[in-house]
Amino acid sequence: MEEIIKVENLTHTYGVGTPFERSAVEGMSLSVYRGELLGLIGHTGSGKSTLIQHLNGLLRPTAGRVLLDGQDIWAEPKKIRDVRFRVGLVFQYPEYQLFEETAYRDIAFGPTNMGLSGEELDRRVRDAARFAGLDERLLDKSPFTLSGGQKRRVAIAGVIAMEPEVLVLDEPSAGLDPRGREELLEHIRAYHRERGNTVVLVSHSMEEIARYADRIVVLARGRTLMSGTPREVFSRGSELVRAGLDVPQATRVAMELQKRGLAIDPAVYTVEDLAAALLALRKGGGC
Amino acid sequence: MLKDITLGQYFPGDTLAHRLDPRTKLLAVVCYIVAIFSCHTLWAYGTMALTLAVAARISKVSARALFRGLRPVLFIITFTAVLNLFYTPGETLWTWWVLRVTREGLYTALAMVTRITLLITGTFLLTYTTSPIRLTDGLESLLAPLKKLRVPVHELAMMMSIALRFIPTLIEETDKIMSAQKARGADFESGGLIRRAKALIPLLVPLFISAFRRADELATAMECRCYHGGEGRTKLHVLHFAARDYAVLAFYIVLAAAIVALG
Ligand SMILES: Nc1ncnc2c1ncn2[C@@H]1O[C@H](COP(=O)(O)OP(=O)(O)OP(=O)(O)O)[C@@H](O)[C@H]1O
Ligand SMILES: [Mg+2]
Repeated sequence: MEEIIKVENLTHTYGVGTPFERSAVEGMSLSVYRGELLGLIGHTGSGKSTLIQHLNGLLRPTAGRVLLDGQDIWAEPKKIRDVRFRVGLVFQYPEYQLFEETAYRDIAFGPTNMGLSGEELDRRVRDAARFAGLDERLLDKSPFTLSGGQKRRVAIAGVIAMEPEVLVLDEPSAGLDPRGREELLEHIRAYHRERGNTVVLVSHSMEEIARYADRIVVLARGRTLMSGTPREVFSRGSELVRAGLDVPQATRVAMELQKRGLAIDPAVYTVEDLAAALLALRKGGGC
Repeated sequence: MLKDITLGQYFPGDTLAHRLDPRTKLLAVVCYIVAIFSCHTLWAYGTMALTLAVAARISKVSARALFRGLRPVLFIITFTAVLNLFYTPGETLWTWWVLRVTREGLYTALAMVTRITLLITGTFLLTYTTSPIRLTDGLESLLAPLKKLRVPVHELAMMMSIALRFIPTLIEETDKIMSAQKARGADFESGGLIRRAKALIPLLVPLFISAFRRADELATAMECRCYHGGEGRTKLHVLHFAARDYAVLAFYIVLAAAIVALG
């Protein structure tokens, strides 16, 4: 697989020279492969948000490099804006960044900054709204009259409309109700499948990551703790627990059953897989 | 970025300077300022600089952090220095074209720079070692006699502590919104004046909206806890003077008196 983003030995220290000096990311390395949906997970304060702000050059590494398509993004600091169009970043609670008179114009802000206009701009705005699951009728409304979840979608559409090669979302589902979460994540998955673009999804919900990601990277205290497919990661459940993270409920049930002597695979991570495994066990006369 | 502005920032710690009663520190700063404005001799300036150095040492504030506070006023300092240097009449030391440096000018310029530097770093030391809440507590307590003249001391102190409390929050928020808009290709750094002003709209609109939302939430929260002004309100942390406060205060009063008399 081809690496689209490569992070090498990244360190970021906040507040250098003040009593608040603190390294949020320390010597971290990470690869993002073209076309994958990468799940980035870690405990609160593990440095997820800090890390992803390096991917599009919003933060400059204290040490280490970030490569996009093999090129150091800080090789030419003047061109950092182009990097931001190629790697789209949706912040945590992005609804607070809305400012335009209508949702449509707010979504158009990014593409307009890229120099687009006319039909292409219109197409992008409408496409992005569809991908983010935003009703067309809401486009002419003021973003401030929308509900929290709808605002969130406007903000996400605003980044998708730039058609970035890599879309990075920082906890896109935080603070939404369960149904809102699922809908939003389904839309993101559909976007990923239809466009085939790379997506990096940050979350601290194991369930969410387990369900949607092709590959998982686990961060702990500013470093990469482990990475691999959901199966590989969840088969090391006890290490995750020690890092203060949860394993998905299905995995927890399977781990517990195995402990009690059942021949079940402890690395299942969705409820469906667990059910299938249990049924198979029953047919085979295991319990 | 914006976080580098240290204006009125508190550095938590547990030194003698941190433990002093805020009223002591406020009064000491008043004495310190009076003394600085009464300085006329090299000796006086030296004494004040030494006092500041010792105070900074006791507070465990590094020289770097102390001088960083000067950055925003660097322009004013340079400007005053240049004006004084070239426009003070007196004995000529050096001329070039229309510029003329006099002995008196040189002295005034040096004195001015020292004075402003000592003044600003000294007051910064106060905010570095005193949390905004304690500072306003101290101020309210010191100004309490003005209540008799119907000055709304409590309300003013409350407004000040709220403002101080929200400065870091607003700075953080500005940083965040700025990053979010930059991620969408907003450009705050290039272009002419009009373009730059226009570029601020995506920053200012969300910032104002969130400031109003916060104000609203805060007002509700305060009302929910039955806040209705200062009348009959008691304090969780009651201020009281300890021996160290009397000692520090005595030192500063003597210092100010000595400089006024001799300096
Ligand atoms: N602007 C900042 N200035 C100073 N310290 C910061 C700043 N942003 C983050 N930090 C610190 O860096 C550490 C990592 O923060 P970060 O926001 O990257 O964590 P996170 O993994 O995104 O957490 P969460 O899941 O809560 O969003 C935290 O300890 C935080 O206090
Ligand atoms: Mg975060």
